[in-house]
Amino acid sequence: MKRTALLTSLAALIAGTAQAEGQLNIYNWGNYTSPEMIEKFEKEFDIAVTITDYDSNDTALAKLKAGGSGFDIVVPSGAYVPIFISEGVLMKSNPNEMENFSNVTPRWVDVEFDPGREYTVPWQWGTVGISVNTSIYGGDIDSAALVFDPPEELKGKINVIPEMIDVMGLAIHYMGGEQCTGDKDVLVKVRDKLVEAKPSWLSMAYGNIDKLANVDIAASVNWNGASMRARLQNEDVKFGYPQTGYSIWMDNAAITADAQNVENARLFLNFIMLPENAAMLSNFARYANGITGSEAFMDADMASAPEINIPENLQGAGYISKSCPPEVQKIYSQIWTELTK
Amino acid sequence: MAKSFDVRRQPGFTAIAMLCFVLLYLPILLLVAYSFNAGQSISQWEGLSLRWYASAWQNDQIQSATILSVTIAVTAAFLATSVAVLAALATTRVKPWRGQTVAFAMINQPLMVPEIVTAVSLLIFFAMIKVATGYTGLWYLIIAHTAFCIPFAYMPIRARLQGMNLSLEQAGADLYGTPVKVFRYITLPQLWPGILAGGMLSFVISLDDVVITEFVKSAGQDTLPTYMLGQLRRNITPEINAISTALLAISILMVTAMFFFSRTRK
Amino acid sequence: MSPSRTRFALLAPAMVILFFAAAGPLVIVLVYSFLIPGDYGGVVWDFSTDAWFGVVAERDFFTDQLSWADAHLSVFWRSIKLSLMTSVLSLVIGFPTAYFIATRPKGSRDVWMLLIMIPFWTNLLIRTFAIMELIRNEGTINTVLIAMGLVTQPIQMLYTEFSMLVGMTYVYLPLMILPIYASMERLDFSLVEAGYDLYATRWQVLRRVIFPLVKPGVVAGSILVFVPCLGAYVTPRVLGGGKQLMLGNLIELQFGQLRNWPLGAALSLTLLVIVMIALIFYVRAAGNEGNAHG
Repeated sequence: MKRTALLTSLAALIAGTAQAEGQLNIYNWGNYTSPEMIEKFEKEFDIAVTITDYDSNDTALAKLKAGGSGFDIVVPSGAYVPIFISEGVLMKSNPNEMENFSNVTPRWVDVEFDPGREYTVPWQWGTVGISVNTSIYGGDIDSAALVFDPPEELKGKINVIPEMIDVMGLAIHYMGGEQCTGDKDVLVKVRDKLVEAKPSWLSMAYGNIDKLANVDIAASVNWNGASMRARLQNEDVKFGYPQTGYSIWMDNAAITADAQNVENARLFLNFIMLPENAAMLSNFARYANGITGSEAFMDADMASAPEINIPENLQGAGYISKSCPPEVQKIYSQIWTELTK
Repeated sequence: MAKSFDVRRQPGFTAIAMLCFVLLYLPILLLVAYSFNAGQSISQWEGLSLRWYASAWQNDQIQSATILSVTIAVTAAFLATSVAVLAALATTRVKPWRGQTVAFAMINQPLMVPEIVTAVSLLIFFAMIKVATGYTGLWYLIIAHTAFCIPFAYMPIRARLQGMNLSLEQAGADLYGTPVKVFRYITLPQLWPGILAGGMLSFVISLDDVVITEFVKSAGQDTLPTYMLGQLRRNITPEINAISTALLAISILMVTAMFFFSRTRK
Repeated sequence: MSPSRTRFALLAPAMVILFFAAAGPLVIVLVYSFLIPGDYGGVVWDFSTDAWFGVVAERDFFTDQLSWADAHLSVFWRSIKLSLMTSVLSLVIGFPTAYFIATRPKGSRDVWMLLIMIPFWTNLLIRTFAIMELIRNEGTINTVLIAMGLVTQPIQMLYTEFSMLVGMTYVYLPLMILPIYASMERLDFSLVEAGYDLYATRWQVLRRVIFPLVKPGVVAGSILVFVPCLGAYVTPRVLGGGKQLMLGNLIELQFGQLRNWPLGAALSLTLLVIVMIALIFYVRAAGNEGNAHG
């Protein structure tokens, strides 16, 4: 979108004119779409792209279910993909038959949330671990105990991101269960542990990069990319992978069921599976992308980052995060309300 | 009575007012300062730079969000204030009538319901219209904003209207002024501070709205707040500070111009 | 035109907009509160009163025992408490400020008013973040206090009820100042002078003469602050640190991560009832006031 075109597009917005020929409307997490890559796509295919933000899978799902908002592409997290599919908001666009699909790293082809990739294409993936300021706490950082049984040094300086699925998963694995367990004995222990640990936490909030860098907080349950950004500002911030189990997530691009610009959307899915384009995404969002060969185009500080490259010995502890069955989710909700009240 | 005795003075009031002004501007000054920060962070000073102005200037998403925010706020504030004046005339200084309480509750209803609830119900309601008509333009947002601005416009106008001196209007009517003329030349000038207050409140309320906009917006309709909400999970960049400072500078210029205008007019 | 038809014509535009974009859709919420939550958000069209029941009571998933939903009740209590405190604090700051402005020379009053409003032309989220920057542990205020030697350890202000109170007062202050100013601006100071002629003290004049005259503005301001505070979402989320929810956040959670739309709807309507009760008192009070003047 050129600046000179801004006012024209505003006029078009008010008029609500029908979608122009070369148009693509992306609905994505905020601050997650590389403007550089979009510019390249616009030039290459002569398509005008709009980007609209959301801040949670649930909001995106609610909006798409209601329909009519004109989005062509959406980027749900892996755990939500089966829900998006069963609620009928994604189009079966068969990206596995697209030209660039061969670039997708084998590990990300046959994923549980979209077997064989009939709906979605990898966008970015990462882990949820624990960022620790090692100048304040010198011990082993690959442990969920830092948050649930915190050492004296960290008490009152801990942040936990308010993501129910990830935090519950971390706690359940810490107490010896598996994600989405419905085992009441485990869940009671989890609830008691969370409630017991809460007074040691300073906050349950997003946006912790600056606070980690400024030592307002000394540890945080966190995304790996955010932890890396904090480290670039303050080298004491290290990222730990809890040995008892940590979650691996992947956000995936898909075409919406009521897309108006299906052909352009297909072009876009194919486009982001090209290594150099996927690398642009990663350089902007600071996460890995699941496209083989993209490493060659990535910034040097990403290729070697310990937050992006999981150490060999800790790879086994990671589990791919999934959505839990409704009856289990109800119990988790009750625990979560109790925790955040 | 001694000449030095000022009937308007209340001890401590000026001090509190001054404190109030200082407190109001303290966060704003900080925001302005950080817009010139050379570093990545909105909370760690790393030297003076204009880089965030440059990058905001190149960020199409921020720019269209800013233009959209202001467009919606101006339109919604104007509409809300206009209909609120009419509604205030109908519900104030009249004999109590059947249904007055209902009208009052209706006007204030947007105040009573948390944003998220209006947002979800509007999402469902507007989506039906969007699907049926295919129209996905800005008017959904404008109408939604107008609706929740109405009580904010209505309250100060009603407060102004209550106990406003009726004798002038009666005199006007006695001199065979039509109701429209009486309103235009007598009521409106007296009502003006209330209208101004209501209009400004509506403008601000519309500019701040996040949740309803988030649920009502269609493709390409991010406003500044929804754009920021999207960033909240990751990190807010100082580009936001830069664009806010720029908007602030423009408003201060406008106010200064108004100030000189009002002085020369005297 | 007859008075009632005039009245109808005057009210119609506001009513039409409100009906379509505010009150009407609320019917959806009412209906939803009597349905069953969908597995992944949304609702299932089966009648149930579970949501209403869930507002005040809960069944423990482990012991299956019924108890008060003290999580909900404590959030209700915190919201009401903080909203009242915010209203009072805004009044204490806002009333003298409005008075100050109303007693300036006529030409400069509008400029003072605009000076109040300018900070609010900056987006709510940005202002909230600026406040966070001021009060966080390594933030401006603590840094200055430590540099001056007044404290040795930073004072924990962020993520407390204190920070929520400060934040909401900051955010909602103009909603208090503007209506008070609007009704104070036309204050007839000859009445005040008469008060002093009768040897009243400044306090007596304030309480017996000025305050009753501007009461409609004070009441309007208090409502405009109190009610939105109850449903506030952004400020508690950012300054409360997510550990101390207010009603707005609790309701948002139900429509979001917790996927219980009917409960969210029932919680909202409960809030609505609380506010309605407050407003009915207001209508009575304001109604009498209007009659006395008219």
